[in-house]
Amino acid sequence: MAGESPDPIHQFNIVPLIGDGPLAFTNSALFMAITTAVIIGFLLLATSSRTLVPSRLQSLAEVGYEFVAKTVRDSAGNEGMKFFPFVFSLFMFILVSNMLGLIPYTFTVASHLIVTFALAMAVFLTVIVYGFMKNGTHFLKLFVPSGIPGYILPLVVLIEIISFFSRPISLSVRLFANMLAGHITLKVFAGFVTMLSGALGAVGLLVGILPLLLAVAITGLELLVAFLQAYVFTILTCIYLNDAIHPGH
Amino acid sequence: MSERLARLDKALKRRSDPGGTGDAGAPARSSDAKGLAIALRMGSEFIAAVIVGGAIGWGIDRLAGSSPWGMIVFLLLGFAAGVLNVLRSAGLVRKPGD
Repeated sequence: MAGESPDPIHQFNIVPLIGDGPLAFTNSALFMAITTAVIIGFLLLATSSRTLVPSRLQSLAEVGYEFVAKTVRDSAGNEGMKFFPFVFSLFMFILVSNMLGLIPYTFTVASHLIVTFALAMAVFLTVIVYGFMKNGTHFLKLFVPSGIPGYILPLVVLIEIISFFSRPISLSVRLFANMLAGHITLKVFAGFVTMLSGALGAVGLLVGILPLLLAVAITGLELLVAFLQAYVFTILTCIYLNDAIHPGH
Repeated sequence: MSERLARLDKALKRRSDPGGTGDAGAPARSSDAKGLAIALRMGSEFIAAVIVGGAIGWGIDRLAGSSPWGMIVFLLLGFAAGVLNVLRSAGLVRKPGD
């Protein structure tokens, strides 16, 4: 048989590139660095020759800025704009790392739970710290809905607290699961092509057109998912920040 | 109840307006993306709350040695919180303090 069955999980292996042990510079770290470099390079290039009538790159950067700024203003109000650098960095990092991950032979940073969990915890801790800094104990009102009869209040407060602490979990698991599942699906369907042609020869190659078409279609879907996940992460960040800024309403 | 219905009416009108009167291309596409974004949220919102509830219950059991009661109670509370999360992300329940 020509092709061994490809391992769909292999693409997520962490390989130390420089050094060893827990502090090694891994392929994951490499792609985070590449992502950051791409973002910085893109923005520097786009804003290097600022013109009133923007060039293509500049208008791309402007679209990105306006998109995130609109999301922040819509969900967190004008006061939320002080968090704009944070939200914009998150959005660009997730978007660019997801897009880079779609290129063959690259590594998808968000396919590891610990990476997305770290991003989610950054948001979560920002909300808690800023919420207490700005509102003091008034922030705890977030857990106490108004107009609830006293005898049921402890139950409701417990539920609200669980709901609050589920935020970083849902934020990180959603991004991680979508990227992981998408890339595994892609790999499995692409693997069918080589396996079919390896097992059945010319007939297999002909039948293999079907999974190939599917793989192409899924690549398109993944492109959409990569953007949508970055968008969902951003909009939820804004909604949570809004809780920290205005816990009263 | 009636004032909430009125509020819902207003919100619905506001949402349906741009699709009807605005130019066809851009607004429709952005509302599509919003709908997809909400759809992607639902499942994980629910599961996350159940996981957190279970984890809290497990932790209490570990500390207080009350196994399995903490787990049972907090799993159910987590389930309730999950339903609340989903309803909230669908915009059907007010946020606390509203």
